[in-house]
Amino acid sequence: MSRQHIPLVTELPLVIWLVLVWGALWQDFSPGTLVFGAVIAYAVVNFFYLPPLELTGRFNVLWVIPFVGRFLYQLVIASAEVFWLALSKGPSLRSAVVAVPLRSSSDFLVTATGHAISLIPGSLVLEVDRSTSTLYLHCLHIDSEEDAEAIRRDVRATEVWLIRIMGSRADLRTLQTREARR
Amino acid sequence: MINDVIVSILLIGGALMSLAAGIGLVRFPDLLSRMHAATKPQVLGLLLFLLALAVETGSWALVPLLVLCWIFQLLTSPVSAHMVGRAGYRTRHLRRDLLTLDELDDVVARAAATDPGRADRAGETRPEAGDGPT
Repeated sequence: MSRQHIPLVTELPLVIWLVLVWGALWQDFSPGTLVFGAVIAYAVVNFFYLPPLELTGRFNVLWVIPFVGRFLYQLVIASAEVFWLALSKGPSLRSAVVAVPLRSSSDFLVTATGHAISLIPGSLVLEVDRSTSTLYLHCLHIDSEEDAEAIRRDVRATEVWLIRIMGSRADLRTLQTREARR
Repeated sequence: MINDVIVSILLIGGALMSLAAGIGLVRFPDLLSRMHAATKPQVLGLLLFLLALAVETGSWALVPLLVLCWIFQLLTSPVSAHMVGRAGYRTRHLRRDLLTLDELDDVVARAAATDPGRADRAGETRPEAGDGPT
């Protein structure tokens, strides 16, 4: 085989996730189902080859719960906002394409941030510049530079949350030194 | 009884969100703003429907399946919005007159100016002024 061999440890999160999906689909988390699920997951991971996902090696559960709460709150706000804009502004809506440079250069974190901000108020990822990890967002209802600045602040705040949850140690350290200096 | 009330509130909420997406699709002026309407309210709407389902059946075994449904929705809807939005921007299916600010266009223009080798590629993504569908 020409492809490179991936150690099982790297694939473990993916296998565990697939086993959980298997259990959920059967609506049954008994040991038999899970063991059979693990066999299938292992086969699937080896058969349908994907580039290894580079996780950052840390995951802080304590930050997840407030993040989920904040996310749900913002999702409700975003939906209400889109509803209101559709009713009140409609065809006369003005939007903008805003560039937001992110702190982290990890593909995983940029993807996670892109996902999170696509669902919370006013933005949609148009283009990603991987070399500078800059996101180009399409944002609804931007009339002035201040509105664009507010979006940038918002996105960077979301990224800070994600760095706290699962950013690499280097990113976290940069973040902490910057906060300490403030 | 109390369950029925909760379920009906959740279902009505979910239906309202679908309505919001529909109104947005009709009323918004161009492709990119329509993508906003198509993604956000609908994700919340699905969450409300799934919650209603969980309350109605009252079985814990169903919960992981519903969570899974929602996670896949969360993962796929931004990606599809991104792909459609990106393709739309590159093929100039956007109305420039509706944008108050376009920082991507600036970057593309600068890249084309400093690096002539990339000009051909950049030219694809940079619509000429006033060359949008009207």
